[in-house]
Amino acid sequence: MSNKPIFFIIILILAAGGIYFFSKDQINVALKSDVDGKCNIEARVSIIGNEFPAIQTIGKGVKNCVGAVVKTNLTADHQKINVAGMSSEPAEYTSAIVANTSIIPLLNNDLIRPLDNLVKSYGNKLKTKQLITINGKVMAVAFMANAQHLIYRKDILEKLNLSTPKTYEEMLLAAKKIREAGLSNYPIGGAYKAGWNLAQEFNNMFIGYGGKHFKENTAEPNVNSDAGINALNMMKSLSEFMNPDFLTHDSNTTTAEFRAGNVIMMNMWGSRVATLTNAEGVTDEIKNGTDISGPLTVGGGTIPASTLFWDGWTIAKNINDKEAEATFKAMIHAIDPLIIKDENVKNEAVWLIDGYTPTNTARGVFSAVEMKTKPYPMLPYIGLMHSAIGAELADFMQNKEDAKKTLSDIEDAYRAAAKEKGFL
Amino acid sequence: MKHKTFFWFILPTFLAMFVFIFLPIISTVLQSIHTPHDKILITTENCDPFGCKKVTTLDHDAINKLKRNEPLGKFVGLEIYFDRGHLAIKNVNKLWQNNDSISQFLTSLYDLPFYKALFFTLTFTFTVTPIMLILGFLIALAVNNINQKLRGMVIFFSLLPMIVTPLIGSIILFWMIDSRGIIGTLIQWMFNDPFLSLKASTLLTWIMLIVYGVWHAIPFSFIVFYAGLQTVPKDQIESARIDGASKFQEIIYITLPHLIPLITFVTLIQLMDNFRVFEPIVGFNAEAHATSLSWIIFNDLGGETRQLSSAASSSILTILGISILLLPILIRTWKDFYFKK
Repeated sequence: MSNKPIFFIIILILAAGGIYFFSKDQINVALKSDVDGKCNIEARVSIIGNEFPAIQTIGKGVKNCVGAVVKTNLTADHQKINVAGMSSEPAEYTSAIVANTSIIPLLNNDLIRPLDNLVKSYGNKLKTKQLITINGKVMAVAFMANAQHLIYRKDILEKLNLSTPKTYEEMLLAAKKIREAGLSNYPIGGAYKAGWNLAQEFNNMFIGYGGKHFKENTAEPNVNSDAGINALNMMKSLSEFMNPDFLTHDSNTTTAEFRAGNVIMMNMWGSRVATLTNAEGVTDEIKNGTDISGPLTVGGGTIPASTLFWDGWTIAKNINDKEAEATFKAMIHAIDPLIIKDENVKNEAVWLIDGYTPTNTARGVFSAVEMKTKPYPMLPYIGLMHSAIGAELADFMQNKEDAKKTLSDIEDAYRAAAKEKGFL
Repeated sequence: MKHKTFFWFILPTFLAMFVFIFLPIISTVLQSIHTPHDKILITTENCDPFGCKKVTTLDHDAINKLKRNEPLGKFVGLEIYFDRGHLAIKNVNKLWQNNDSISQFLTSLYDLPFYKALFFTLTFTFTVTPIMLILGFLIALAVNNINQKLRGMVIFFSLLPMIVTPLIGSIILFWMIDSRGIIGTLIQWMFNDPFLSLKASTLLTWIMLIVYGVWHAIPFSFIVFYAGLQTVPKDQIESARIDGASKFQEIIYITLPHLIPLITFVTLIQLMDNFRVFEPIVGFNAEAHATSLSWIIFNDLGGETRQLSSAASSSILTILGISILLLPILIRTWKDFYFKK
């Protein structure tokens, strides 16, 4: 019993030592990075955003700023909290890092402010193509581009004398040969998890077949068309060469299957290429055999079955001008052209910032841009369509109903949601 | 207890329930009969790194004006309750007229999101609850009859499924039944079919969720019944034994009647719990095969679209569902109480 206080003191000492030991490196890093960039701010900065490597770099850059409190909250769940966190007055977050999909709810709820004046005062290092303008006003500043494109095992295809697939039809033929040769049972991979991922794959395929989600200049759905049926049938054909659990596989699981050598060809995000084969346990065969190429086309079309994305930052409306100014300065500091001098940072993304030259890992996204891939449609009601597709598509993929029925279900589900939200 | 004492005793609880349960329910009801205002769309020119083009966007000034005048939104009455995402009155009516047989009608009903969720929720509730009651009782009997020294350890291990957070438990099981996981591979090996997958079949997914639900809920009924078994009157059992009753008769005629209030209690709690099934669906990534009412609410609230009115309507419908489910048991309890008086 009398030993208790001694134990307690020992544990305290150990804990303090541990904290010092583990934070020592971070303190040094913080001191070091303060030297190369100067960023002084006068008001609070608080950032919400996704968590992938390029955004972590931005987060670190913002944290270099001194003079006021700087907070970052980088999480995969950012879309679930940014609207709530920016609706209050004053807003909890002074900036949200978004993509062309996730900016829509912020625009729809009128939560971000025009940046024209701030760009004039502090944005001299920005290029015009980085400025996202809506109705003539700058609403966001883009810093990187992203797209899904082909990632494949060159060594396996060469073994079977197959050329790199350029279309989904060629991908199917190659998959058949790979399976027949016994090199993999499920050679095709894809993020087909029911919900957002599955709907995104449909969007890609639908656009590849020349489909338009809505009737011209209205919120009326338009997916129940030949393009829709073709897109669904192609997805079904592809799924026959996928792991039977494909409806539970998101980008992470698909990446893991590729790393394990089970998946030979997949349509995957460009932002994942740099770190794709860096994981522990990936064999040299897979490391050396992996290659990337542009997005695939489908059905004889020329528009790739993929969509272009940008990632950028916005500034909250419900904050005072001082905070907006500080946030703008901090974000500009974080995307300073100097950051891509670091080779690792350069490889993290397809940067849109001044002075960036494409690296080897950026070839896929660049050829997506060259092939005139369409940007993800930035419409106020596209989110409702996306979730309707995600909810209704699973029935078709499981052979429970035919394409026509699924497409009309999607339109019905979308109509109910759009009516509730006041779009129809 | 005097009425006055009782009043002061219950007041804090009552206040907390009023603020944290009653008021939110009122707010949810209000939300469910209003929708956001009609959006005013304008066509503008937007530019991004990939070029400029004409796009439809919202006219915020006009919308904000509407919002200021009527902050609650547009009053729509029960429209949301009746739309395709919920009770789907129109669709159900059409299906009823177009389908000849009941089974055909039910199959097409299953295609509507609310009924799909309701089917699974009810199946889950009415399979998990009885299985869990029976197994929990049997385990309690077994534990009650083993050596006193081993009992403590056995009770501890039997409680483990409840100690594990539902989400974590389901994710662990999810990886085990993966077609490359330990259970998944075993099943493929047993049936000699490399394409067999638990996660790809709706029926197997349902069975898996139910098995998981039972596994997770058994400790609760077990521990309650085990506690109840300690209070079974010894003299009654002794006299039954003297009269020559078998072990089985002892359980049927003495133990079970003695435990009836506890069985009602466990049933009540479990019906409520199982009707709100949610975590396993998320943990098992099972939304392609099984959705529940709670999952629909979660799905409406999460993500980019945030359909608050829809989520509010689903919540109210869930509350109604639970009330209907519990009504028979509540009536029974009331009658027991009334007749005893």
